[in-house]
Amino acid sequence: MKDRLEELRDSALKELQNVVDMADLESLRVKFLGKKGEITSILRDMGKLSAEMRPVIGQMANEVRSEIEDKISEAKELLKEKMKEAKLATETIDVTVSTEKLVRGHRHPLIATAEELEDLFISMGFKVVTGPEVETVENNFDALNTPDNHPSRDMSDTFYINDHILLRTQTSPVQIRAMKKYGAPLRMVSAGRTFRFDNVDDTHSPMFHQLEGLVVDENISLANLIHTLDIFVKELFGDDMKTRFRPHYFPFTEPSAEVDVTCIKCRGEGCPSCNFTGWSMELLGCGMVHPKVLETCGIDSEKYTGFAFGMGIDRITMVKYGINDIRMLFDNDKRFLDQF
Amino acid sequence: MLLPLKWLGKYVNIEISPKELADGLTYSGSHVESITRLDKGIENVVVGRINEIERHPNADKLFVCKVDLGDKLETIVTGATNLKKGDYVPVAINGAVLAGGVSIGSTVFRGIESNGMLCSLQELGYPDNVIPKEVRDGIFVFDKEYPLGADAIEYLQLDEDVIEFEITPNRPDCLSIYGMARETAATFGWELEYPRISIKHEADDINDYTQGIFVETLNCKRYYSRVVKDVKIGPSPLWLQTTLMNAGVRPISNIVDVTNFVMIELGEPLHAFDLDMLQGRKIIVRQAKSGESLTTLDGTERTLGEDDIIIADASMPIGIAGVMGGLDSEITQGTTTVLLEGANFSSRHIRMTSKKFGLRTEASSRFEKGIDPNLCKMAVERACQLIEEIGAGTVVKGEIDVNQSTSASRVLTLRPDRARLLIGTDIADEEMIGYLTRLEFKALLENGLIKAEVPSFRDDVEGEADLIEEVGRIYGFHRVESKPLVGGLTRGERPYNKQMELKVKNVMQGLGYNEVMTYSFISPKAYDKLNLPEDAPERKYIRLMNPLGEDYSTMRTTLLSNMMELLYRNEKRGIDEVLAYEIGSVFIPGSLPVTDLPDEKQVLSIGVYGSKDFYFVKESLQMVFGRMGIRNLRFKPLSSHPSFHPGRTAEVYSGDESMGYFGEIHPDVLENYDIKNKVYAGVIDFDQIIRLANPEVKYKPLPKYPAVTRDIAVVVDESVLVGELEETIIENGEGLVEAISLFDIYRGNQVQDNKKSVAFSIVYRSYEGTLTEDIISRIQRNTITGLENKHNAKLRS
Repeated sequence: MKDRLEELRDSALKELQNVVDMADLESLRVKFLGKKGEITSILRDMGKLSAEMRPVIGQMANEVRSEIEDKISEAKELLKEKMKEAKLATETIDVTVSTEKLVRGHRHPLIATAEELEDLFISMGFKVVTGPEVETVENNFDALNTPDNHPSRDMSDTFYINDHILLRTQTSPVQIRAMKKYGAPLRMVSAGRTFRFDNVDDTHSPMFHQLEGLVVDENISLANLIHTLDIFVKELFGDDMKTRFRPHYFPFTEPSAEVDVTCIKCRGEGCPSCNFTGWSMELLGCGMVHPKVLETCGIDSEKYTGFAFGMGIDRITMVKYGINDIRMLFDNDKRFLDQF
Repeated sequence: MLLPLKWLGKYVNIEISPKELADGLTYSGSHVESITRLDKGIENVVVGRINEIERHPNADKLFVCKVDLGDKLETIVTGATNLKKGDYVPVAINGAVLAGGVSIGSTVFRGIESNGMLCSLQELGYPDNVIPKEVRDGIFVFDKEYPLGADAIEYLQLDEDVIEFEITPNRPDCLSIYGMARETAATFGWELEYPRISIKHEADDINDYTQGIFVETLNCKRYYSRVVKDVKIGPSPLWLQTTLMNAGVRPISNIVDVTNFVMIELGEPLHAFDLDMLQGRKIIVRQAKSGESLTTLDGTERTLGEDDIIIADASMPIGIAGVMGGLDSEITQGTTTVLLEGANFSSRHIRMTSKKFGLRTEASSRFEKGIDPNLCKMAVERACQLIEEIGAGTVVKGEIDVNQSTSASRVLTLRPDRARLLIGTDIADEEMIGYLTRLEFKALLENGLIKAEVPSFRDDVEGEADLIEEVGRIYGFHRVESKPLVGGLTRGERPYNKQMELKVKNVMQGLGYNEVMTYSFISPKAYDKLNLPEDAPERKYIRLMNPLGEDYSTMRTTLLSNMMELLYRNEKRGIDEVLAYEIGSVFIPGSLPVTDLPDEKQVLSIGVYGSKDFYFVKESLQMVFGRMGIRNLRFKPLSSHPSFHPGRTAEVYSGDESMGYFGEIHPDVLENYDIKNKVYAGVIDFDQIIRLANPEVKYKPLPKYPAVTRDIAVVVDESVLVGELEETIIENGEGLVEAISLFDIYRGNQVQDNKKSVAFSIVYRSYEGTLTEDIISRIQRNTITGLENKHNAKLRS
């Protein structure tokens, strides 16, 4: 009987080697360990043994049984693992295939840039204000201290609807509206469409965009203006950017300045796009609000001072993305818009 | 404004490089556009003399010259036809480099070796627009003998640096060499050399030559004049010609060149009349009479009006003051006596006249900005001096000066504390006085205030703010240390409608739409292309007085045409699908013609072609409205909009408020735009969206009780709308309908013709408790009855 048990064990272990699937394994289990299995039948025959032999054989039979059980469950685990791997292998797909079922919409780069600029100023506590595209001559020129003979008033520069209504040539009239509405102190920006009598070419468009900013408060100085725009330029283009304030002329500010910014392409080294000056020219115009403008808007120009600035959003967008033809901004070609 | 530095150097002593000069002037407010070295790298161009010239034996169009270069004789072949023996010419010798980097070596032309090249002014780098007409097509010939073999660049004044400035409209005083010298001196704190003018010889008396000058209008503030006799019209000497060319002016003839020279140098436009051509030998300055006419120098006859200031002789107008002279009194080859005019005219009148005739000249553009009346005399005297110097005539003794200018000296007050506050930097009182003095203000400190007398050439300085700017710019904005804004915290934010706009844009972006941006002005033809009838409200549009052209002439009352145009462009370029939207303004006039600002309404437009359909656009709008928290959406068929397909268009309502419409574009309109694809488009009133928006989100607890789902299928007439059936289902749902989904519309054998079977799955749920079978059965019964009664529906079993 002892030999029989050993035989059984060896043959079970041998057969286990040949098992390929769960069904084989199950029939093997039934064959050796099942109710009618071989080990069971040996145990059933134990009664025929002598009292001394019974515990010896009994122990041995249990050992063989649990050894086979262990081997079977080991084999089962192995088989499961193999099957899982085989399944995963059959499920392999070509990951390089593109189905292009999803589309992402794109924001217009100029409008997105305008919002980005607004956001920068919002973070500095500026209120965003809007104004109409069709404006009065009064708000667009007169209240901004523009001399009667200033060339910007000409029909060759400005689109008129009649003698007192025009398409705004700048976002500055929103300053006037805001000062009249909110008074001082005030921190505002306004971005929007502006219009000038320019034929379309790669750098000109009869419709373009500006962002205007205004701060009115007590003791506001040119030094504050420089600080504010410095921060703005660094936020926009990077910390290594420098500004250069050059005196200039705008009717509604005094003193007035134009601001050059380190050339974005060469970071100040000098390159063909900045004419080897290292500066991107005329990115911003600014100045201290003319006392006449404050007074026109009902603000005490002795108590309050202020600064204003304006910039071309089209130009900034073009510089930012390296767009060299302004017409692309108004063409709305899908292949262009999809890039942003 | 071109500033040749050698010319500038006559008035200030420049001891720094052109670059340093440019930087300094930039920082004081004269914006430098460019710095140009005129010789552009030219090397080895020398003076030569043509000793012999004969036709090339083997080529009809070539000449062979023997050219004396001082130390040697070279054979040079040329194609030029304007040369003769004895001419002095610029010669690019073997190994020379010309403007633009062309190198010259010896070349064999049809068997004859040519050792160098004779040069034209173009080859020496002069732009075409300043080269005198007579020498444009040939080799340049020197006006006289120069040392043979000497560097020609120096005699041609090409060893010159020219800075180009952008002069702002408030600083007409800078539009001259002398003006820029004054600005340079102030910027750097240098000495300014005043023009020294003297005339060596004067003959006769001006009163023997003219019958007088009569100024009959107050719009001529000053008229200063002198006479030059024995004039010999001819070309100017080389130095005068090259000086003018370097400043961007084309030489014409000696007298005209002198007047141009003085205008560039001092900023005062001068005019020279042929005195013998003046009827009655007199000058009358007056307003024109309505209907008078004059043929100007450019050969155009101009009809004058009472606002035009004219110069007349005893019988008729001879020039439009400050704008352009008349053809009849022009300086010609035969002129022998010249009357020089240095005048000052009302800038407003010159501007109006120049604008009216569309005639903008060097003179008018200076007068319209305003000129110091003190310049009249200085400029005429300077011209006389130059005419004498170049031997072009003899100056007649005496002058006629009619001076009506009244500009009294203006003294302004500057509070030094105010300047320090506004600039934000501590500049001492004395330093401010120093800067103002450098700018030729007479400035002094009185009781802590600076009193500054404004110089006559600075009409732009009107008040304290201007003085502060003067102080600030000479101090240098770049030296002002930046200081952060102080003051209370303020909240930065967008207005509500802008915030809503951004939310909508996010939704559209998520749905795959690209944001587009189109012009606010459109062509009036757009309304025809959209098939809008004559009485359509969209046709009440505003026209521009001075559009760039028909295509940009009306303020848009719809965004649809711009959308169609851009879809057309994309389709034409082979793009197979476009999803686009724009949020922009339309301009609705209160009345026509316009008396007040129009209503600028915000509109959302959508345009789609490619694989998407009507329902895609509909769902897109549902997403937008959903994000905006706008409920009670209803879609009603709209068959009457002429731009849209009558059976595939809907008007959107929230409750009873119309929000806009969308649908398939009418095939006729597609044809008008030459679009081949079907286009789905929509126009939604964005102001209305803002008004009804309620995007606040409130959390609603998740349901505790189970839902009950019931399917229902009814047969109805083809004309019954699904939306109507859904409304009835909701009406009868006792407020318990959580969702309705349409799962089938069937037409065919199982139902009669002109009928359809519509099947819904309805989800009911209560937040109060589990729905009982009783309630559900009641709702079902009522719903079926409702559908039967209202829509003549038959339950399909």
